[in-house]
Amino acid sequence: MKLLTHNMLTSSVIKGVTKGFPLKIVASKVEVREVDYNEPFIIKTLSKVDWPALHQAANEVGYGEDLPIELGEDFQKDETLLRKIHNALLQVDIIEGELVCPESGRKFPISNGIPNMLLSEHEVSS
Amino acid sequence: MSSSGRPEHQAPPEIFYNETEAAKYTSNTHMIDIQQKLSERALELLALPDDVSCYILDIGCGSGLSGDVLTEADHVWVGIDISPSMLAVAREREVEGDLILGDMGDGLPFRPGTFDGVISISALQWLCNADKKCHSPAKRMLKFFRTLYSVMRNGTRAVFQLYPENSAQLELLTQQAMKAGFTGGLVVDFPNSSKAKKIFLCLFCGGSTQALPEGLGTENTATNVRQKHVKGQRKPLKTLRDRVLEKKERWRRRGRETRPDTQYTGRKRRSHHF
Repeated sequence: MKLLTHNMLTSSVIKGVTKGFPLKIVASKVEVREVDYNEPFIIKTLSKVDWPALHQAANEVGYGEDLPIELGEDFQKDETLLRKIHNALLQVDIIEGELVCPESGRKFPISNGIPNMLLSEHEVSS
Repeated sequence: MSSSGRPEHQAPPEIFYNETEAAKYTSNTHMIDIQQKLSERALELLALPDDVSCYILDIGCGSGLSGDVLTEADHVWVGIDISPSMLAVAREREVEGDLILGDMGDGLPFRPGTFDGVISISALQWLCNADKKCHSPAKRMLKFFRTLYSVMRNGTRAVFQLYPENSAQLELLTQQAMKAGFTGGLVVDFPNSSKAKKIFLCLFCGGSTQALPEGLGTENTATNVRQKHVKGQRKPLKTLRDRVLEKKERWRRRGRETRPDTQYTGRKRRSHHF
């Protein structure tokens, strides 16, 4: 699972959970898979990305040291920074581990790079 | 699919799409070809802005065949599917998109305004089934459409190609989608052909009122009829040669062995004088 996906993922579908974001990451295996660099997409996507959540997630999986705590105003012109963000958002891939709901503590296992977001019947909100 | 009856009647999707069934989506070229064409049409109906990479959700992404079409068009995608076997195949194929194991009927687990477009190929009809005792199709549909509406960016579209079992299913799906706030409706390609007919539920999320795209194989037939009436003219009759050439072209498209076209193609045989 890429950190871009993680940045969009919530556990708010669980009954009683209101925000469910950001999910905490506990990773036991992380890989970096090369993805073509697409600058316009990165810039466009950054308007949707929750930066503190990305920064925290990148640190949780061990790829956070390259990212600033806050995203400055001139990031669009800084290709070195955009490439680092590209790496964090799209190339870092969590293969094994789990996601933890910040409100309920419910764990979602990640295996073979795929998070399991299936709920049991009593967890589904009506 | 037609030879084995409707898969929704056999087992829940996470059981039906087991390893054997999932393997078909990598080995059966006919199936791959159909999935690709449907995905291309769905992408066309999404009417995304030109030359912009978008962030797309693929619902019922399976082994990622539809995702490949999105990747080819330079879009970044996330796929959600309920079948672990299908997702394992997608992973094995090293698809570009990210994959999530989930049930669309539980609601979509994303932040509001995440996606620039949503596609779904041959998956929505599964929502019409109650595979567990606690399942109520109408409730699951509404839950699904409500969360779908929320995860889409305002002014974007969701296009579902589906195989409904009957018109009641289509009606319920459309009704629940409208209840969730969507506008739009059905686009039917080749409505007069039982084989080529394809149904797309095309939903608009907010934004200005948009006209529903036209189905394929409908406008041409309509204009032909109109022209005939207006002008009172008949199309010139096709010659034998034209008809033979057309048939040979059809055969080639289907990959059948066909002799090359020559000056003798479609010509009458001369009677023998000797």
